[in-house]
Amino acid sequence: MGMRKVAIVGAGITKFVRRAQETGKELSWQASKMALDSCGITLDDVDMVTLGTAPDAFDGVHMKGEYLADGAGAHRKPYMRHYVGGGTGVFSPIHGWMHVASGMADICLVVAEEKMSSCQPHPQGAFLTIFDHTTEQPLKPTLIWIFALEMNRYMTTYGISKADIARVSVKNKHNALDHPSAQVAEEITVEDVLNSETLCWPVNRLDISPASDGAAAVVLASERVARRLTDKPVWIDGVGMSIDTAYWGTRDLSYPRYVETAARMAYDMAGIKEPAKEIHIAEPYDPFDYKELHHMEGLMLCPRGEAARLTAEGYTARDGNLPVCPSGGALGVGNPIAATGLMKVIELFLQLRGEAGKRQVPGKPTCGVAQAWGDLMQMGTVIVLRS
Amino acid sequence: MAITEKMTKTTTPTYWEGEIPVRYVYTYGLAGETFFRAIKERGTFLATRCDACDVTFLPPKVYCDRCFEELDKFVDVGTVGHVDTFTVTFKNMDGSDKPKPRILAMIRIDGTDGGIIHYLEGIGIEDVALGLPVKAIFKPKAQRKGGIMDIIGFGPVE
Amino acid sequence: MKLEDCKLGGTHLKSSDFEKCKVLTTEWTPNLGYAWDNGVAIGRYLAELKEGKIIARVCHECHRIMIPPRMFCELCFRPTDEWAYVEDTGVVNTFSVARVNWDASRRGPKEPPLIPAVIEIDGATKGMGILHMLGEIGPDDVKIGMKVRAVWKKPEDRTGAITDILYFKPIRAAASKKPAAGRKR
Repeated sequence: MGMRKVAIVGAGITKFVRRAQETGKELSWQASKMALDSCGITLDDVDMVTLGTAPDAFDGVHMKGEYLADGAGAHRKPYMRHYVGGGTGVFSPIHGWMHVASGMADICLVVAEEKMSSCQPHPQGAFLTIFDHTTEQPLKPTLIWIFALEMNRYMTTYGISKADIARVSVKNKHNALDHPSAQVAEEITVEDVLNSETLCWPVNRLDISPASDGAAAVVLASERVARRLTDKPVWIDGVGMSIDTAYWGTRDLSYPRYVETAARMAYDMAGIKEPAKEIHIAEPYDPFDYKELHHMEGLMLCPRGEAARLTAEGYTARDGNLPVCPSGGALGVGNPIAATGLMKVIELFLQLRGEAGKRQVPGKPTCGVAQAWGDLMQMGTVIVLRS
Repeated sequence: MAITEKMTKTTTPTYWEGEIPVRYVYTYGLAGETFFRAIKERGTFLATRCDACDVTFLPPKVYCDRCFEELDKFVDVGTVGHVDTFTVTFKNMDGSDKPKPRILAMIRIDGTDGGIIHYLEGIGIEDVALGLPVKAIFKPKAQRKGGIMDIIGFGPVE
Repeated sequence: MKLEDCKLGGTHLKSSDFEKCKVLTTEWTPNLGYAWDNGVAIGRYLAELKEGKIIARVCHECHRIMIPPRMFCELCFRPTDEWAYVEDTGVVNTFSVARVNWDASRRGPKEPPLIPAVIEIDGATKGMGILHMLGEIGPDDVKIGMKVRAVWKKPEDRTGAITDILYFKPIRAAASKKPAAGRKR
């Protein structure tokens, strides 16, 4: 393709909390500074900055990308903001990858931030206009409807029970107990999930990740620079993105086709022919527990409708054949929308370097995939990393 | 589409009205909390300084945006500055007339590289000029809430 | 680098910190009102709803009969070719039983849950679903695949809006008294 090799060489992340005192700028700086320090570079070394942050309506700041620029180290530097809803966190390193792979930058700082706690009465309210303003909003929908409708279709199509799905929430909240940024890590049982408040059947409260404030950052470098900065670069071997129609009532809600399309693009680039065998560790986006299963199937890590059975068999546990969300995912660590996907990329970065501490999966993984998903349930972003 | 259909069957243009009904509660952040508490409790301005870049930030920041180093020392820079630029406003956002014109200025606080945007009080339109020395006028302490409106405006320096 | 060895940013505030004014805050309510142009397709869609009819657009290249109607086909990327009326009956593709409102507040004890659904409209291409509500049915009786029919507002009450259809109700009588397996919705 004529593109240069790009590696992740450093990372930074804040705690994910329900309400942070820090402004969005301060959260961005905390994560970015940690990322620069982790690979021993200064802001002067950074050629370009790219930042991902979800709707302006969350923070209540118009032109939020520009507002966050000085906390993202973009002072008098080339700077771009990107936003694809929840897909942003994996789109962020893809965007940064483009700058380095093309030769425009040797070092690109990638930042993802979300401060949604400012939005009252609840950040969910800002999502009212995700629905069509004329043909859907008059019905007074809420964001959870979209997930509930999709979850129901998925469950009914494949005969999966709520208990099968609840196991994902139990697994991820347990995994998150070992993540220093975690907001909602805890030991729960499937019964706890089923007994938690029913918000929009079939979605219960413990099926959902929380609203969160937080930021994350990674440093990307070209091959020559990466080898100078670290002896453990993690290579971005595949990137993929795909967006589906916004006429969501016409999509097959039981299968995320746009994740498969994005995954194929990334796998082709990475030379992966059998993802279920060649991927050692996966971090699909899990804002709701059923989404982890939905996305595993879209990533072609298992046949359609089979993800729940594999989870029940322990296949996706940290010590299973294919650890899925060893970080604890959005369900356990938290979901500051744009930053969550980047948290997952950082998890793969640490796992592939053997630096994930108590979360480290056994067996020295060398290939991982992270995926995020956003907008009106339509954007798939996929990244393949190798050590 | 047939030409006749195009010309004779037009739909009356219609639109749909709606709103995004959200409101915001913003925290001031680590630096902002200190800055506005000083305004509320002491009626003064605090700044932070990066010696490496020779920049004094007002409003203060907990990091230098040029070199990214952490800044944790707040200094009291007083409340005197000068007019860096100004405009005169005659109308409100909804188009109605203000009772009297107001001068909005960018006030560079002396000893800093930053400034505050606020109204000028007690200064006539004919007297305002770039470089004019001004000083902050605060509400009485009991009325201050810890916000930019704790400042009534900037007025002449005696 | 291990996360465990780093000092992570982010200072957590509790609700009580706000209630007790331990942190300073400032508030703002923006005035975000909009008048969205409906365009040709939705303009006609709403006008037909006022007449008690549902109208779709047809693309002659992919042969889809599309609802909501659109003046260009997003798959073939060309203008659509003609209008076509479709039925006001359909099939439930998926549904939910909602006990929370748009702002995350809970529906009160006397407010029945809402049942939003994606309804594939008869006469449109299979799979063409629209979002609407189900009514005259209990939450435990709804099934994916049920046939439903629109219940319209009285003609004099219709304004040219998606809410000119009050809801969709089951075409057959409500399901038998046998309760749905599993937990109550």
